[in-house]
Amino acid sequence: MAKKKKKVPGLNASSTADISFILLIFFLITTSMDTDTGLSRRLPQPPENEEDQSTVKFHERDVLNVMINRAGNILCGVGYNKEQIDINQLRGIAKEFIANPNNSSTLPEKMATEIDLLGQCFITKNHVISVQTDRGTPYDVYFQVQNELVAAYNELRDELSKTKFGRPYEALTNEQQVAIRAYYPQKISEAEPKNYGGNN
Amino acid sequence: MPEMNTSSLPDLIFTILFFFMIVTTMREVTLKVKMTIPQGTELEKLEKKSAVSYIYVGPPTDALRAQMGSSTRIQLNDRYAEPREVMDFVAQERQGMANQAEQVISIKADSKTQMGIITDIKEVLRKSWALRINYSATRRQ
Repeated sequence: MAKKKKKVPGLNASSTADISFILLIFFLITTSMDTDTGLSRRLPQPPENEEDQSTVKFHERDVLNVMINRAGNILCGVGYNKEQIDINQLRGIAKEFIANPNNSSTLPEKMATEIDLLGQCFITKNHVISVQTDRGTPYDVYFQVQNELVAAYNELRDELSKTKFGRPYEALTNEQQVAIRAYYPQKISEAEPKNYGGNN
Repeated sequence: MPEMNTSSLPDLIFTILFFFMIVTTMREVTLKVKMTIPQGTELEKLEKKSAVSYIYVGPPTDALRAQMGSSTRIQLNDRYAEPREVMDFVAQERQGMANQAEQVISIKADSKTQMGIITDIKEVLRKSWALRINYSATRRQ
């Protein structure tokens, strides 16, 4: 009787699929494909030395003051004329302030500026939106104000790029975006908090 | 009816498994503060995660409230910190980064936080030349 060659039995791999399924499910659950989103801001550079904090003087008409007190009320206005507004009104006010469409003498002065691709434009080059908070201001209100101000800029830029280039701002080339940004430069300044809501 | 050949099924599943293993990032810090970040509409995505450092602001979690009280705290890495410690934290984080100029500080703060503490953090960040910040938020539906 010839010796039968012993055959190595094949490994039963039918459960590999189940094992890898379990692993797969584990990673599926633990995965957080969260993309972090938020409002990006750039802080001003620290003062060169402590004593020399000479502030640049602005014309009254060039500054839009947005003040938020500790109750979350918003006071807003150009120069010294401030009134209490609702958060929903802020975007409209900011847009009118930045663009100054009717060349009003109470809104920022328009100056002739040369911009690549757009030629000579009259823009409110020196406008500043100043956001002031109290130490007790809720962060949420502050964030919503920032959000509305950024929204105002974004809407203006979108409108401009649609009239000039026929496409929304997002779809423009890099040079075109630079031109649009030069037309509506984002200028939101943040003053140090003041205690104008009464002391604690 | 012939049975379907399922011998390549494990390979298939393994491929999907590897995909998820690679994209998974386990949360590095355990949160010690409770926060609901605000909602906004004009948000940008945070790209280059390797250049992002996080500062968490909010009241201590329920489990820690008994010891720590319920006043707003700052969390850096795995512990509570004072605003002035942010400077060391920023410098430390910056050292481990390949592209130091692109450092972004993401502030994850509870929406009920008072601005005082946020302003303190911002002042320190300014002094430590970490000028690019991001107010973390979720998209409003």
